[in-house]
Amino acid sequence: MATPVKVYGPAFSTAVSRVLACLIEKDVEFQLVAVNMAKGEHKKPDYLKIQPFGQVPAFQDESISLFESRAICRYVSEKYANQGNKGLYGTNPLEKASIDQWLEAEGQNFSPPSSALVFQLAFAPRMKIKQDEGLIRQSEEKLNKVLDVYEKRLGENRYLAGDEFTLADLSHLPNTHYLVNATERGELVTSRENLARWWGEISSRESWKKVVDMQK
Amino acid sequence: MKVHGAVYSTASQRVFACLYEKQLEFELVPIDMIGAGAHKKEPFISLNPFGQVPAFEDGDLTLFESRAINLYIAHAYADKGTQLVYDGKKMATVSVWMEVEAHQFGPVALKLVWELVLNPTLGMTTDAAVVQEAAAKLGQVLDIYEARLGQSKYLGGDDFTLVDLHHLPFIQSLMGSQVKKLFDSRPRVSAWCTQILARPAWLKVVAMQVNN
Repeated sequence: MATPVKVYGPAFSTAVSRVLACLIEKDVEFQLVAVNMAKGEHKKPDYLKIQPFGQVPAFQDESISLFESRAICRYVSEKYANQGNKGLYGTNPLEKASIDQWLEAEGQNFSPPSSALVFQLAFAPRMKIKQDEGLIRQSEEKLNKVLDVYEKRLGENRYLAGDEFTLADLSHLPNTHYLVNATERGELVTSRENLARWWGEISSRESWKKVVDMQK
Repeated sequence: MKVHGAVYSTASQRVFACLYEKQLEFELVPIDMIGAGAHKKEPFISLNPFGQVPAFEDGDLTLFESRAINLYIAHAYADKGTQLVYDGKKMATVSVWMEVEAHQFGPVALKLVWELVLNPTLGMTTDAAVVQEAAAKLGQVLDIYEARLGQSKYLGGDDFTLVDLHHLPFIQSLMGSQVKKLFDSRPRVSAWCTQILARPAWLKVVAMQVNN
């Protein structure tokens, strides 16, 4: 039996949970290694060896050490192409191109404003950090424009890259989950009909439910 | 193959660079952003609903997001021109550093390009506080690059790949600004910049701006 792969970081981290969702979709056994961020463990020399930017997650299997959640997801999807959800990263170059396009859209357009909103509204209060009202307004404005594009796309396609659930949709799970469940701006998603439909489908996947359980 | 974009757009340049490295013929369809706001209207918006350049066409396939376009080109035309991606384990490391460019280097570099290069051209003021903060952040990223380039000749491994290519538009732009010293003061980063900026394919991209 293969050694479980290792994922370093807490399950509540959006980037860590992105990797966990992918591993579960691909039926890959993993071990979650705790990184005590409150104690600054992620900034210590031992951890910086595997993630020089001092962020979570980091990933190791028997042959390689990686970081950046979307790179880890691509690697896992390729390496374990023939198990679990086989279409997760597409089954041909054209499907893959569409998935990469929406993965980039997620990383460049969706993630910055949604991450800022989630941090400001859900995490900052818990960490006793003062909220930045200007940033909240700016992020919400940006996110609204992005979600209008998604609303149109998801009226034309069941999932972002086509007819099937892929890495492109998966990559949106972590931030959207917090937006809908941990802030009062959930209606950004739930008031848009197609987006709400898509969110209902992807968030009720068994893989995501397991990740949410791990976050508790 | 068509690229809908602009010669002065860093994201468009990222795609031009890839096409030149792969020795692929392409047609530039100029999108007038400044004058006509054409990137926010039809027909462009059907190619990229986010209203950003570039968009790319190869036969029936249309794509947006420069890094995704380049991933497609590099894989689809693997046997042409420079090898920019790999299969298997070697690609995993390339993939990591491509994400680093996209999420660690890119955002802070873009902020500096806006403040130091674009705003002045558009007759707008530079925000010194933003520049100071962004320059400090870029310095931290480049410290990590300096260490990384002690382990391998290029960022993704021992050969030039999409990772290095994706940095070219921002580095070219910032070399003409006050933050040039951030690159020059780090010996390995400086040598790496000199190498990649001198690539014939990149010089062709730079020439596009001069000729237009």
